[in-house]
Amino acid sequence: MAHQVSVFAENKPGRIEKITRVLAQEEINIRAITISSANGFGVIKILVDKPQKAYDALRAQGIPTYLQEVIAVVMEDKPGSLHRIAQVLTENGVNIEDAYGFVVKSGEKAVLVIQVENQPRAQSVLERNGFELLSDEAIYQS
Amino acid sequence: MYWEKAIETMSREELKKLQEERLRQTILRAAKTPFYRKRFAQLKLDPEKLRTVKDLQYIPFTTKEDLRQGFPFDFLAVPLEEVVRLHSSSGTTGTPTVIYHTAQDLERWANQVARCLYMVGMRKTDIFQNMMSYGLFTGGLGMHYGAEKLGAMTIPIGAGNSKRQIWFLQFFKTTAVHILPSYALLLAQLIKSEGLDPKKDLNLRIMLIGAEPHSEETRRRIEELYGAKAYNSYGLSEMNGPGVAFECPYQNGMHLWEDYYIMEVVNPETGEPCQEGEVGELVLTTIYRDATPILRYRTRDLTAFIDEPCPCGRLHRRITRIQGRSDDMFIFRGVNIFPIQIEKVLMNIPEVGNNYRIILEREDYRDVMRIEVEIKSELFFGDLQKLERLRERIQAELRSEILATPEVVLVEPGTLPTQEGKAQRVFDQRKM
Repeated sequence: MAHQVSVFAENKPGRIEKITRVLAQEEINIRAITISSANGFGVIKILVDKPQKAYDALRAQGIPTYLQEVIAVVMEDKPGSLHRIAQVLTENGVNIEDAYGFVVKSGEKAVLVIQVENQPRAQSVLERNGFELLSDEAIYQS
Repeated sequence: MYWEKAIETMSREELKKLQEERLRQTILRAAKTPFYRKRFAQLKLDPEKLRTVKDLQYIPFTTKEDLRQGFPFDFLAVPLEEVVRLHSSSGTTGTPTVIYHTAQDLERWANQVARCLYMVGMRKTDIFQNMMSYGLFTGGLGMHYGAEKLGAMTIPIGAGNSKRQIWFLQFFKTTAVHILPSYALLLAQLIKSEGLDPKKDLNLRIMLIGAEPHSEETRRRIEELYGAKAYNSYGLSEMNGPGVAFECPYQNGMHLWEDYYIMEVVNPETGEPCQEGEVGELVLTTIYRDATPILRYRTRDLTAFIDEPCPCGRLHRRITRIQGRSDDMFIFRGVNIFPIQIEKVLMNIPEVGNNYRIILEREDYRDVMRIEVEIKSELFFGDLQKLERLRERIQAELRSEILATPEVVLVEPGTLPTQEGKAQRVFDQRKM
């Protein structure tokens, strides 16, 4: 099971700088990052090699931070891979709340990170259909 | 249970008799001051003939401006050598106002404060840390001498220097504090950031909060943070300082000591008396102070009086918590708004942190109110939609309270400026 660190940030200069500085000081590697924003504030989601350590370090700086489980699915870096995952989830009635992906090795391997309402169920559906799910360490080693 | 049972539970008739006797002496004393001598002469009032509380209405109000114009000695009713102390308003907005005290005045004031402290359950066994600033401001020294009179060990630490405050709280196992409500909220965060729980790691049981108007919601939040009882304290330097009115253990309005003052609540525009429960401006007359008698002083504090007897048995009437100062109010798109209305809404929403500010700006000839609200770290669950819903909820609740729509901005905890002194919440940047 993979973990994602979410951070509350105001929409103003220097927020990402501050967050990444904390992570750099703790020697934490970032695998993926996404930002979504609304009226003057946003949520930054980060996938890192040491999520608990990242969470503790950010919280210690007084930054509102949340640690949660997400599903990281391995897929081939070729047309139709993402569709296959979506298809399986749709057939089983799993609704995706948020998703993002990143390529591990171009033309070979990519990872899709998804947040769903019913995490254990989505996990077993994917595993049953032969998908490989990654742990925190594996995300970084893959 | 009572510091002075005979006076605190005195019947209304006896209290009225005592008031009139003291009022007569006060008027005669006031007639010796340059200010009132002139005023009585102008109005052809014979001070000997003003005898009852009802007669007070023939005397015009005394305003802050009168006190300023009377600087430095026009309100002094005793020879200067009888004076042992003066207190003064900050004077940041012009000439300061000065209040003089004789030794007996100070003794009476200390007694008045001790009465308040005893009422909320403070005893000589308490360790009292006074976090108000000492000096010209009356909050520090006023409460200090009351607590000493009561017999509590008093730590005159003064305002600010939070690290030292926390050290004293811990080391001396302080049981009672006198603190600004805004500072109480800030200090709790600082205590937590040192890895301590203000509820479990401190011994506080009584908090005296005052010198800033604050809402019931803020009081409940302070009580919750510290696991202590917080009592509303009202005072102003023109009327001595702390101790004018104070909550009893029922925490339902503040008993205004009517053996020290005659209280009126009037419509701030017309000066006409308000009915029970109707909000107006508090007007006070000192009747137990020798050096600086002040008749019908317009405090600019808005409140209502409560006639109904209190279950605590004290028959001195109560006033409701201060709803704001007549000069705190700001006008936004034609609507009169008191900052305390905004505070009340914010402090009632659990996700909202302890700091906020209100910024008024003018954009394209249109007024904009922006309210920056710190969120609470522990209630962040990584969800943008939830935050947006929270923002909308805050906005809607504010709209229904103040009848205007502010912009609400959620900000990270600890990023808004903090003050160890009185908190400034409203920043009016509109150019007129």
